[in-house]
Amino acid sequence: MKHELDVVVVGAGGAGLYAALEASRNKKVKNIAVVSKLFPVRSHTGAAQGGIGAALGNLEEDKPEWHAFDTVKGGDYLVDQQAAMILANEAVDSVYDLEHNGLPFNRTEEGKIDQRRFGGHTRNFGEAAVRRSCYAADRTGHMILQTLYQQCIKNKVAFFNEFHLLDVLIDGNTCQGIVAYDLATGELHTFHAKAVLLATGGFGRMFRITSNAFANTGDGPAVLAQQGLPLEDMEFFQFHPTGIRGMGILITEGVRGEGGILRNCDGERFMERYAPTLLDLAPRDMIARAITTEILNGKGILKKPQGDDYVHLDTTHLGKEVLEKKLPDITEFCRTYQDIDPITTPIPVQPTAHYGMGGIPTDVNGQVFGDTKGTIVEGLYAAGECACVSVHGANRLGTNSLVDLIVFGKRAGSSVASFAAGAQHQPIPVNADDRAKKRIIDLSNSSSNVKQDVLRKKMRDTMMDGVGIFRNGNDMADAIETIKELREDAKDLSVSDANAKYNTELMDTMELKNLLDLSLITAVSAHNRQESRGAHAREDFPDRDDANFLKHTYASLNKDEVRLEYKSVDTSIWEPKPRKY
Amino acid sequence: MRIVVSIKRYNPEKKPQAYTQEFSLDVKPTDRVLDVLVSIKENQDSSLTFRKSCAHGVCGSDAMIINGQERLACKTLVKDVAQVDNDRIEVEPLRSMPIQRDLAVDQGVFFDNYRKIDPFLRPKEKPPKEEYRQSQKEREQFEDPTKCILCSACYSSCPVIEAGEKKFVGPAASAQAARFAFDTRDVGIAGRLEELDTPDGVAACDNHFNCTKVCPRGIKITKNINTLKKSIKKHKES
Ligand SMILES: Cc1cc2nc3c(=O)[nH]c(=O)nc-3n(C[C@H](O)[C@H](O)[C@H](O)COP(=O)(O)OP(=O)(O)OC[C@H]3O[C@@H](n4cnc5c(N)ncnc54)[C@H](O)[C@@H]3O)c2cc1C
Ligand code: SF4
Ligand code: FES
Repeated sequence: MKHELDVVVVGAGGAGLYAALEASRNKKVKNIAVVSKLFPVRSHTGAAQGGIGAALGNLEEDKPEWHAFDTVKGGDYLVDQQAAMILANEAVDSVYDLEHNGLPFNRTEEGKIDQRRFGGHTRNFGEAAVRRSCYAADRTGHMILQTLYQQCIKNKVAFFNEFHLLDVLIDGNTCQGIVAYDLATGELHTFHAKAVLLATGGFGRMFRITSNAFANTGDGPAVLAQQGLPLEDMEFFQFHPTGIRGMGILITEGVRGEGGILRNCDGERFMERYAPTLLDLAPRDMIARAITTEILNGKGILKKPQGDDYVHLDTTHLGKEVLEKKLPDITEFCRTYQDIDPITTPIPVQPTAHYGMGGIPTDVNGQVFGDTKGTIVEGLYAAGECACVSVHGANRLGTNSLVDLIVFGKRAGSSVASFAAGAQHQPIPVNADDRAKKRIIDLSNSSSNVKQDVLRKKMRDTMMDGVGIFRNGNDMADAIETIKELREDAKDLSVSDANAKYNTELMDTMELKNLLDLSLITAVSAHNRQESRGAHAREDFPDRDDANFLKHTYASLNKDEVRLEYKSVDTSIWEPKPRKY
Repeated sequence: MRIVVSIKRYNPEKKPQAYTQEFSLDVKPTDRVLDVLVSIKENQDSSLTFRKSCAHGVCGSDAMIINGQERLACKTLVKDVAQVDNDRIEVEPLRSMPIQRDLAVDQGVFFDNYRKIDPFLRPKEKPPKEEYRQSQKEREQFEDPTKCILCSACYSSCPVIEAGEKKFVGPAASAQAARFAFDTRDVGIAGRLEELDTPDGVAACDNHFNCTKVCPRGIKITKNINTLKKSIKKHKES
C-alpha cells in the first residue's frame, strides 16, 4: 500500500509526539502522520520517573547558564556547548508550554511548579546542588507522554499504530519516505513523504541488565546504519547506578534527590570517598563506577566480588510521607517486585544499562548529518534518544533527556514543517519496498536451526561483560569478535511462525538484527577510543586525553566492518577542565 | 517450581475457533507472569502472541485475564497466582473487545471512547507568561486519575459494558473526564457539560466497583465517577 504525505514522524514517544504537535501547528503543512510500532501511550517515555530540568528558579536562584555549564561538565566536555545553551535556555519555555497544556506538576506552597535536586545539577558552576528538576511525583515521563498525546488528539494528528519501520528511502542525499510493516495485516506500506523525522528512542536492549523496555531496540539508527550512514558517539552508553537488583527496573535518582543514601555492606556512605561535595548526587557514571568498585572490593551486600552483587539504597530515614507522596511508584515497585517496604528496609540496587548518549548525528534543528563535514541529508530529521545533537556528550545528566525531547523534538518538528511547506515530493521507484520485502523473505526462507533467543542472550551478555561499566582493550576486542560471529549466525535466522497477521516473532527477529548492528558499532567505537571520558571508562587508559580524543566519533557500517571518523567538539564557551565534584 | 499454564488461544488465520492449550515449565516464584509467557514463546511455541513493552507496569501493554481476574502480566508474580508444584495458571485475553490473536485484543473502541470525552485541557484562561498557579491541594483533587495507563483492564471488567444493553464510554474514559473536569486550570464541568452529561457518560455507571478492584494503578475509578455524577447534578441545580 502507498501513502502520500507531507511529513512522516516515526515514533510516538516524547520526541515524536512533540515534533508532530509542533509540525501540526504549521498551517501550511497538510498531511502529517505518526508511524509507531507501539500505541503512542505505550512508548518508553512513559517510564521516565524523576523529572525534567529547567532553571525556573522557583525555590532558589537558578540560571539557564548554570544548567548549560552543568550539562557540559556532566558530559565530560564532549558536549557541543552552543547546543547545550539552547537546551538550557529553551527548557524554561518548553516546561511552561507543557504546564499550559495540562501537565500536572507537583506544586510549591505558592502554587508554582515544584523542583527537586538531581545528580550533577548545581548552582553557580558547581558550588552546591540546586533544585532544578520539575516533577510530577515519580511519573514525570508518564505525564509528559499523556499530555502530548492528548494535545495530538486535540490537533487531530493521524496515527499509524503498530507499524514497524523497516526502511528509510534515501536517494543520493535526499530522503523520500519510509517503508513500514503493518503488524495487523503483515502488509508493507510505503510512505512517500517530503520529509521524514525519526524519533525511535533508545537501544538499551543490547545489554543484559537494563531499565529499557522490550521495544527499545534502536530501529531508527540501525536502519540508517544499514545504508552506510554514520552514527555519532555510540561508545557512550550510560549505566544508571540504581536499578532494582537482578531486574534492572529503574529506581529514579529522585530518590537520592529527596535524600536517599547509598551504603555498602558495612553500612558506610561510600560516596563520601568518591565525590565529597555532591556525594550521592554526583553524576551517574561516577556513582555507577563507585558501586562497581565497592562490589569488586568485596564491599557489596553479599561480599561476593564475582557474580551479581549489589549495594543498598537507604530510604528508611525519609519517612512515609515523602515516599508515598513524592515517590509512590518507586515505593510500589519495591513492594511488588522485591517484597520489601522502602519505608523500613533499604532497597537492593545495582547499575542498569539506561541511556544511549550517541545516535543519529543532527544539527540543532534536527537535520541529519551524512558525514563529518556537515553535509545534510535533505528531508531527513531525527530527535530524542535516537539522535545525537550532542547535548549529552560522554555522560547525560539526569532530567536532561526529557529536556532534550521537548526542546529538540519541538525544534525538529518546527523545522521539518517549514521544510515540507516549501518542498516537493521526490519521485520514488515503483518497487520502493523491495529492500524491506527482501528482509522479510530472507527470514521466511531460511531453514537453519539458529535460535534467536540464544543469539539475543549471547549478545546481551557479551555487551554487558565486554563493553559495560569498566572496559579494556582485550575484552572489547573479544566482544567485537563475538558480535561479528553472532551477526554471521543471524544471517541464517528463520521465523517459524508463517502467519501473516500479528506475527510478533518476525518483528522480534528484525529487532534483534538491528541490535546486533548497533552492538558492533558501539563496541568498535569504544575499542578505538583510547581514553576514559564520562561513561566510557577504560582500565587500560584511565585518564581523559583531550589532546587526542576531544572529538566526536562518527562510525559507519560497511558490511562486517565499521569505519571510524572523527569530528571536532564545540568548546566555544567553556574551556575543558578536569571533572571533579 | 513447575507449573502448568493454560492459555486461551485464537488465531483466525489458522482455525476459526478459540481453543485452550497447556504448557508445562519450570519457573521461579518471583518470575513475572510476563516472563513466563516470554519463556513459552522462546522455548515452546514461537507463535504465541501477546503485547509487551515496559515489563514493570507502566505502559499498559499486557493487561489480560489471569486466573479469572484482569491483571497486568508484568505486575503479577508467579507466587501471586500459583503456590505449589503443578499449580495451574489460567491466562485469557480481555473481555468485551474483539480478539486479534491469542492474548492480543482490539482496543479500538476503548480508545474511541477515550477520545469522546475530549481528553485534553481546555484552559479557562489564556496562559500567563510563567505557569498557571495551582495549589498542591487543588492538584491532589485530580491526581488519582492522572495515573491511568489506558490498559483497558477496567473496561474488560465492567458488567455494564459486557451486558451491552446501554451505551457507556466505560470506566477509564469516565475517570479521565473527571481528571479534566476537576482541574482548576480547565473550563471544568460548566464548560464540558455537553460531553459529560450524556446517557453514555458517567450516568451509565451502575456502581459495580469491578473496575476499581482490577485497576493495576489503584485508581479509585468508581469514586471518581460518583464524585463527577454528584458535581454534574449540583451544577445543573445551581
Ligand atoms: C526507566 C526510565 C526512567 C527515565 N527517567 C528519566 C527522567 O526522569 N528524566 C529524564 O530526563 N530522562 C529519563 N529517562 C530517559 C528518557 O525517558 C528517554 O530517553 C526518553 O523518554 C526517550 O524518548 P523518545 O521519544 O526518544 O523515545 P521513546 O519514548 O522510547 O519512544 C520511541 C518511539 O519510537 C517508536 N518506534 C521505535 N522503533 C520503531 C520502529 N521500528 N517503527 C516504528 N516506530 C518505532 C516506538 O513505538 C515509540 O513510540 C528515563 C528512561 C528510563 C528507561
Ligand atoms: S483506569 Fe486503571 S484499569 Fe482502567 S485503563 Fe486506566 S489504568 Fe487501566
Ligand atoms: S509490559 Fe508495560 S504494563 Fe506490562
